[in-house]
Amino acid sequence: MSDFTSGFWNWYVALITVLGIAGCAILLWTQSRHRVRLDEHGQPEKTTGHVWDEDLTELNTPMPRWWMGMFYLTIAFGAGYLVLYPGLGSYAGRLGWASSGAYKQELAKANADYGPLFAQYLRRDLKEVAADPQAHAIGERLFLTYCAQCHGSDARGNKGYPNLTDNDWLYGGDPSVIKETIMKGRNGQMPPMGAALGGDADVENVAHYVLSLSGAPADPVKVAFGKPKFGACAACHGADAHGNPMLGAPNLTDKTWLYGGSPETVMETIRKGRNNTMPAWGEFLGEDKVHVLAAYVWSLSNVTVVPQAAAHEVAAK
Amino acid sequence: MNAPAPKEAIIKMYAAREEIHPREVKGTFATLRRVCVWLTQLLFYGLPWLALHDRQAVLFDLGARKFYLFGLVLWPQDFIYLAGLLIISAYGLFLATAVAGRVWCGYACPQTVYTEIFLWIERRIEGDRSARIRLDRQPWSLEKVAKRGGKHLAWGTVALWTGFTFVGYFTPIRTLAEAALHVRLGPWEAFWIVFYSLATYGNAGWLREQVCKYMCPYARFQSAMFDRDTLIVSYDTARGEPRGALRNGNGKDSGKGDCIDCSLCVQVCPVGIDIRNGLQYECIGCAACVDACKGVMDKVGKPRGLIRYATENALANGWDGWRIGTRILRPRTIGYGLVFVLMAVGMSTALALRTPLKLDVIRDRGSMGREVEDGRIENVYRLQLMNTGERAHWFRLAVHGIASADIVEEELVDMAGASARAVPVRVRIDRAAVVTGSNKLTFTATAVDDPALTVTEQAVFIVPR
Repeated sequence: MSDFTSGFWNWYVALITVLGIAGCAILLWTQSRHRVRLDEHGQPEKTTGHVWDEDLTELNTPMPRWWMGMFYLTIAFGAGYLVLYPGLGSYAGRLGWASSGAYKQELAKANADYGPLFAQYLRRDLKEVAADPQAHAIGERLFLTYCAQCHGSDARGNKGYPNLTDNDWLYGGDPSVIKETIMKGRNGQMPPMGAALGGDADVENVAHYVLSLSGAPADPVKVAFGKPKFGACAACHGADAHGNPMLGAPNLTDKTWLYGGSPETVMETIRKGRNNTMPAWGEFLGEDKVHVLAAYVWSLSNVTVVPQAAAHEVAAK
Repeated sequence: MNAPAPKEAIIKMYAAREEIHPREVKGTFATLRRVCVWLTQLLFYGLPWLALHDRQAVLFDLGARKFYLFGLVLWPQDFIYLAGLLIISAYGLFLATAVAGRVWCGYACPQTVYTEIFLWIERRIEGDRSARIRLDRQPWSLEKVAKRGGKHLAWGTVALWTGFTFVGYFTPIRTLAEAALHVRLGPWEAFWIVFYSLATYGNAGWLREQVCKYMCPYARFQSAMFDRDTLIVSYDTARGEPRGALRNGNGKDSGKGDCIDCSLCVQVCPVGIDIRNGLQYECIGCAACVDACKGVMDKVGKPRGLIRYATENALANGWDGWRIGTRILRPRTIGYGLVFVLMAVGMSTALALRTPLKLDVIRDRGSMGREVEDGRIENVYRLQLMNTGERAHWFRLAVHGIASADIVEEELVDMAGASARAVPVRVRIDRAAVVTGSNKLTFTATAVDDPALTVTEQAVFIVPR
């Protein structure tokens, strides 16, 4: 452990700590007794002998002894703490306690508590898990925590982030594929095609042809010019433009547009290409959670009656 | 300087506690205190055993962060009520102190109440003051061991029961009792039971008046609420002095005051002071000396009230009870009383009108808004709903503020009693009806079976360019 660039500071901090505690002990010891004068009867005076502003004296009203004992106890506690726990410079303490260790402990406990639940889902088929109300509630919470930032709380996506409720899938909608997508992530690449197609006019013609495939308004002349040029796109999107789930190449004949379906946006996509990333969650969440999550995502477009944790029935009991 | 150097001595700045053995006292105020002990302890020991709707009536469930107070369920969001309760309690205390001095300390404070209980046990086992002092001086014998052992055993039992009851306010007491009977307590439950037991045993058995004298902050700052019209336990110096023993020879003309210097007032004092020295910060206003002196005055045939509840003004001017009463209403007490009443009324009203339903609207930050079919604009929200009541409800969600706004799909939300849920909600509007940018929108959630159970929350709808 080296929090400091120089070992000097460890000693500096440790020394101040030790001196501070020792100073408290010394102060306590020296202040528990006091030398006073005897009065004319040979009795100790009632004041401490301190005089301020000529005639202001301090009456000696003794504190309770147990109070002093508590001060010594705090010193003993402090010393014991510094031996057992980190605190004295960079000394880690005999118990080896660390806040990161506490986190790991909590995590291990949570895994021990919830692990069997997830493990039980992991053993079951994804479609079966999707129909389980409790798994659905867990999946929803996982989704709202980890996925909603990009795909939206309602899972309907945003520009560049696919809608997960429309049963239109770039890589295929089988639950196992969805699980793979979440586990390993995806990197969708559409190369810039401007140069390959020719000039700006060719890009525009191809864009109009692509738009015409899904019945969007398009210039018939440009469509006619664009159609022969589509061969360059067919390698990924297929000759019939139905896309290729192996590559994540979208179907161009439906009305689903990841980046927008206006002629300008389509032209931009063709000219500049697109690069999109879905991060891999397998390592972070673990397969058991991803399993429940995948079932939830699949259920969004495949389970018509979304099961709800039967709150009413539970409460009614 | 020829004078010899003054002799010096070493003194200790810390002193051991001197044991106080208050003598048992009977009288009006002692009875009043006993009544207070019974009332507060019946309440404290009994309350956690009350059940309501299949649950403990009063339970502070820290783990679930829900505080059950009979029909009321308080959530962390209701923290303001606790603050209000503390303010009301504080001003109630200020008012009582300004009028009647340390009556809280003398009659109702747990420190006094438990000391009273422990003292009662001590008296039953070891005897009254003189017997206890004798026992203190005795060398160790079988009798002393038996008495001391019996006392500590009895104290320990009461302390354990107290610790157990206290923990029973935070974890269901019936389950706790079962676990305790089978010695299956969890580590934390066991720790806190032992902790509060030790605190009770130590405070009521050993520390007693030390708590009031050295630990209690309230004991120190309540003198700020005293004035010359505050009732304090007072010794009537004018009547009592010069004090002196009553002898057969002393007639009425002996020139002595009414105080016969029997020292009973000192013997009964739980904090070990002599009230005849005037008001002292140690005095907890318990009036044990008032009761004691009353009996003595009756015996010697003098009027009662040599030591009595009186105000400084009353003592100085010889006022009677009625004159003291006329001084109860004064700017200080009116001020305290006004705040007390205002807060009490305000808090009760707020509690009575409180809707057991909370709604937070969180707009999805991922997108400004998206265009959907028919050129409508859609925004996504996460509605954080908390059904803080104990009954389950279906809640209908609705939006207002923009004419064309409506919620897509799930408008009904099913919620169990005392539960929270996040509901994603999509709202669509016609672009023509609104301006580009931010538009005000309000969400409402209303219970289907109870239209009065409704809550409204502000939000914005963003229309992108």
